[in-house]
Amino acid sequence: MQLDSKCPTGPIETRWERHQFNLKLVNPANKRKHTIIVVGSGLAGGAGAATLAELGYNVKCFCFQDSPRRAHSIAAQGGINAAKNYHNDGDSVFRLFYDTVKGGDFRARESNVYRLAQISLNIIDQCVGQGVPFAREYSGYLDNRSFGGAQVSRTFYARGQTGQQLLLGAYQALEKQIGRGQVTMFPRTEMLDLIVIDGRARGIVTRNLITGKIESHLADAVVLGTGGYGNVYYLSTNAKGCNATAIWRAHKRGALFANPCFTQIHPTCIPVSGEYQSKLTLMSESLRNDGRVWVPLKKGDKRPPGQIPAAERDYFLERKYPSFGNLVPRDVASRNAKQVCDEGRGVGETGLAVYLDFAESIERLGASVIKERYGNLFDMYERITGEDPYKVPMRIFPAIHYTMGGLWVDYNLMSNVPGLYVTGEANFSDHGANRLGASALMQGLADGYFVLPNTINDYLASTKLEKADTSHAAVKEAEANVNSITQKLLATKGTRSVDSYHRELGKIMWEYCGMARTAEGLKTALSQIPGLREQFWRDVKVLGTGEELNQSLEKAGRVADFLELAELLCLDALERNESCGGHFREEYQTPEGEAQRDDENYSYAAAWEFRGVGLRPELHKEPLTFEYVHPAQRSYK
Amino acid sequence: MRIILHIWRQRNATDQGRMTRYEVPNVSEHMSFLEMLDVLNEDLIAKNEEPVAFDHDCREGICGMCGCMVNGVAHGPLPGTTLCQLHMRHFKDGDELYLEPWRARAFPVVKDLVVDRTAFDRLIAAGGFISVSTGSAPDGNAMLVPKEKSELSMDAAACIGCGACVAMCPNASASLFMAAKIAHLALLPQGQPERERRVKAMVGQAGQELFGSCTNIGECEAVCPKEIKLEVIARMNRDFLKASWTGREE
Repeated sequence: MQLDSKCPTGPIETRWERHQFNLKLVNPANKRKHTIIVVGSGLAGGAGAATLAELGYNVKCFCFQDSPRRAHSIAAQGGINAAKNYHNDGDSVFRLFYDTVKGGDFRARESNVYRLAQISLNIIDQCVGQGVPFAREYSGYLDNRSFGGAQVSRTFYARGQTGQQLLLGAYQALEKQIGRGQVTMFPRTEMLDLIVIDGRARGIVTRNLITGKIESHLADAVVLGTGGYGNVYYLSTNAKGCNATAIWRAHKRGALFANPCFTQIHPTCIPVSGEYQSKLTLMSESLRNDGRVWVPLKKGDKRPPGQIPAAERDYFLERKYPSFGNLVPRDVASRNAKQVCDEGRGVGETGLAVYLDFAESIERLGASVIKERYGNLFDMYERITGEDPYKVPMRIFPAIHYTMGGLWVDYNLMSNVPGLYVTGEANFSDHGANRLGASALMQGLADGYFVLPNTINDYLASTKLEKADTSHAAVKEAEANVNSITQKLLATKGTRSVDSYHRELGKIMWEYCGMARTAEGLKTALSQIPGLREQFWRDVKVLGTGEELNQSLEKAGRVADFLELAELLCLDALERNESCGGHFREEYQTPEGEAQRDDENYSYAAAWEFRGVGLRPELHKEPLTFEYVHPAQRSYK
Repeated sequence: MRIILHIWRQRNATDQGRMTRYEVPNVSEHMSFLEMLDVLNEDLIAKNEEPVAFDHDCREGICGMCGCMVNGVAHGPLPGTTLCQLHMRHFKDGDELYLEPWRARAFPVVKDLVVDRTAFDRLIAAGGFISVSTGSAPDGNAMLVPKEKSELSMDAAACIGCGACVAMCPNASASLFMAAKIAHLALLPQGQPERERRVKAMVGQAGQELFGSCTNIGECEAVCPKEIKLEVIARMNRDFLKASWTGREE
């Protein structure tokens, strides 16, 4: 298979503009003859559905939650980047582009990233227009703050609820179109298969989560904006419902899965407190501006933090990275925390945590300043742990947060299956091997509001689609597939709950394919996962029926997919014999312990083709070339 | 510690429903309330009993999906806290808790603790938005917004649409939810062109749904996990009166 990224060539500044001009258009009268399916209602899906409807297309939008406003984009705290240069501090589209390519450790396409940086300007305008209450200065102008991985202030924010406010903007635009009848919304409905007719994506099979009814929906194109696959680790900062079922089942219908091993671990999360732990909560990265990270110098020092004198503390980030200190990027901070815990110097009951200490900042600035800056985060921390971070240091530990990998798409956001588009975190396109803070919201909205509505016209205008109805053999086959999975899960009547399998899978993944990976560990994971999957299908216990709201059944289908995806993730990690961004292979590091890329052999996107469960997928490589940003080793010393 | 739960079990919308007693031994004080329900459900599955259905997603207090009545109080005893952020250290050994779904005619029970809140979406669809076609907005700094107004607007915009306000209101009124959206948009210059049309459309839609009217009781404010203030209802009422008196039929 030849992977054609369809990236324009020539001067990077005008690539998107020239590309848009070359795309075919659909005239307004013809738009209403087309139906587009959008799965997912977050920033990418919701913004896309609203904009496509506004243009005149008929849109059917699906989400598994009870309302499109619940999508997990809502939980993003920090902010959204845009190269507005409102602060005259040297920012520009080119600098945002440069920071993003470098932050991604040179594993993203230059053309895509440049377009993202350009569109960042329009996103802020659009969101302000919708009434997103961004933070303001007393003058009434928009306020900005700085964020990890950048030296300029380009992050727009709405308190600690930026994701919520941006999502509500998109949701309200979507609801307007629902009110007009231009979008038909299907809440509590889950996509369980992709319908491919004559090689083109033509629809989806869904399950109504309340009645259990299996239905097919046909359209002229299908858009997946269904988010990432972080929950393959069981414990992550993702919402409990986040799942990979839509993208995984599309993958099994032929869509290539790219760079699955590029997963991001966030350094500042509240640590696990017990076996019952159901998810991990993120504490904004901004805390590292004023908090100092440390562990005791001595192994197994169980004294309370206040009784450990300064000389017996190891401020390990400040010691190892004197110029960036506590503000090193996410991947570096996470790996170092793991390392000190592996040495037996971790703190708290489990020994899997490090201190984030504000004592010195409180002394220097006063508690009131700290409260003003981080009050809501301190409250949240106290609510969850019962400890007062004004008095005792916070305990933090890294957790899975975001997945850079996803379905392979070209510059038009179309997968290798014609008519199947993938947007936001669900695709692999813009962040390379590591995503910078405040860039996920930017990408979701860029794809949804500005890229997809431009590129999808070209496909619809240049493709002659045969009429298809739900009696088509491909539809019947997809429905039969969905029904057989449901029946099998219900009929197994085994001994162990779905969650117990999910937890076990998560432990394997975190242990062998988490913050630091080795060939040996990955091989162990690859030998354990198929056995667990086989046991799952033989022994899973799902009570109830398929004709009602059955939350165990919903979870079972998702975990079944994670059990397959996990294997691909580990295989991709094993094949990539280098360290880059979130993918750290212990064998490939510099003498100082930093990630060592191998540009000669691995400067490509790895796009995997499904060959059957348990069979080795086929690897296709899309080479990456860098004309504007020259690959160099990232240094934060 | 040991917690005794009485949980509303209802198979589907037409089932009559009943309270069922359960015991959860070995509850850790560090568990969240929903983690305690997870433990109960794992236990029920082991005994071949169907787990309790409850809505939840982010478990960070922002998606608005979770919530039930705990001893008659929406989201339980801790102020400004969603059910998922409530931790068991606020309870003690031997506590008996009664869990019920949101009770409101506009929120029919789907199963156990799960209710249908799509009426909220229809309120937003009626007018809870600013119309701005993608790509048509001017530069973000072309329109200045005083910081004080922006902060007040953000206070109202913090609503997570969980429905606790409706569940707690003796009238099952959606006024706090609706008014939070109306106030959020009416406080901003961008929201002015559609201000009167919006308030009329949303209040009109609330009448179509099965929500009751507001009689200024204030239970909604007391249980709101985002601490939305009653003042948003005052803003809504003022806007609605003005729009009703001075508006023209379209």
